[in-house]
Order: sequence, then C-alpha cells, then structure tokens
Amino acid sequence: MRLISAFFAGGLFGVGLLISGMTDTRKVIGWLDIFGDWDPTLAFVMGGAIIPMAIAWQIAARRSAPALGGTFPTPPEPRLGRNLVLGSVLFGAGWGLAGLCPGPAIASITWGGTGGAVFLVAMILGMVAAPSVKLSLARGQTA
Amino acid sequence: MPQDWILGLLGGAMIGLAAAAYLLINGRVMGASGIIGSLVDRSAKENATERAAFLVGLVLFPGAAAFATGTGDTHVSGNLVLVALAGLLVGVGTRIANGCTSGHGVCGISRLSLRGIVATVFYIGAGGLSVVVFRHLLGWV
Repeated sequence: MRLISAFFAGGLFGVGLLISGMTDTRKVIGWLDIFGDWDPTLAFVMGGAIIPMAIAWQIAARRSAPALGGTFPTPPEPRLGRNLVLGSVLFGAGWGLAGLCPGPAIASITWGGTGGAVFLVAMILGMVAAPSVKLSLARGQTA
Repeated sequence: MPQDWILGLLGGAMIGLAAAAYLLINGRVMGASGIIGSLVDRSAKENATERAAFLVGLVLFPGAAAFATGTGDTHVSGNLVLVALAGLLVGVGTRIANGCTSGHGVCGISRLSLRGIVATVFYIGAGGLSVVVFRHLLGWV
C-alpha cells in the first residue's frame, strides 16, 4: 500500500509539474528574469501548491498518525546554518542557469532529450559529491 | 498566453495535493531532492523502496501525459557544458541545503518553517542573479 500511494503521489506531482510549466525551462527562467521579460506564472504555481499543503499540515496536526501508520515528520530545528544559505545559493545559481530543479529534471527525463539527460546525470553526481563538499566546508569553518 | 496562470494554478494545486497525500497517507515530506538524493548516496534506509516507487510514478505519469498530448518540451539550452555545470550546482546545493523547491518551497513555506522561507529567499535570489549574470551580462544562455 505504501508503495502504491507513493507511486501515485509521484505521478500526481509529475503531472502537476508538467501542466504548471515547471518542466519548461523557458517559463522557469522567465520567472527568475526579474530584470528582463518577467513571467509571473510560477508565482501561481507556488501559491496553488502551498494552499493545499498548508491545509494538509493543519490536518496532520489534529491526527495522531498518517493513514498507513508510522509517525508524522517532526519539524526540523529552526536553525539557520551556513549550509542552508550556501546550499540554497548554489542551488539557485544552477536553477537560474538551466531552468531545472530536481523534481522537473526527473519528471521530464522521457522527453528532455540530451540536455535533460546531461543535467540529470550531473545533478546526481553533485548529490553524490555533496556530503564530502559539506564536510570540507565544515573543516574550513573550524580551521 | 492568457491561460498560463490558470494552468499554473491548476498544476500547482496538483503538486500541493500530491505533497498533501504523501504527508497524510505515507507520513513523509515530499521533497524531490531528498527522495532522489538519499537513494543515490544510499542514505535512505527502510524507506528506499517507497522513495523508488515515488520516482517511478514521477517519471511514468508525466511521461505518458506529455506523450499523449504532445506537449512536453523542456527547451533545455544546447550548451551542454553549462547544462552540466547547472546540474552539478543543483545537485550539490540542494543536498547541502537539505531541500529544493518542493521540500523547502512547497512543504516548508506551507508550515511556516523559518528554514524553508530563508532557503526559498536565497535560492530565488540566487536564481534571479544567475539569470542577470549568465543571460544579460555574459549572454551565455
């Protein structure tokens, strides 16, 4: 059951990414292009996604456990470390450069062509390398 | 196109409903970078198959929808060196920050998480700056 619901959640997420324009790098770059020909579509995507999810958090707060058992995720410590900021800056730089973030990069792999495949492989390599990058950042901080 | 914002809102609602279902049914935060990242660096333990099932759905459903409607076009830049650099930055950055647009953006902001809000401000800010530098100043993309 857990696998089936995860499968359909992934599917719904993916179709939502396609319909909303998140898998179209032109729309994403257009949204980030505040000083150029700005495209406001992604603000509607974020708004449309945040509203149902905010309701879901409220429902979760009133329930003891998820429908298929286990526990609800605990809120992370409200710590704003250097990793959060630096990681987000690196991510944003790449997002603005290619117009793809992790979800759409995976969702569009069947039609994304060579460019999509190159992006996905590089993203996976970056993800594999991330723990050692993080470690060397921590070392640099203490040295 | 005038209907772009309607499609954005509709697609956004589907993204939010998917995240809501993943939370209320499976008890998990729907963060794309966490789901794929924990599989490729093997840090996912008991939830590995659940995450893999999510990714299979994430590839198959939009793939079928794009094929059926003939709408799929990512318009990825032809400059593959820049595309690879962007992929590396996105991969390293999202794992160091522990989240991306879905995890920090959709799931974090909706629970008013300070971490999610701060991350989103920085990645959108850096994204805007990146477009200014690479597109307008350097003219690379």
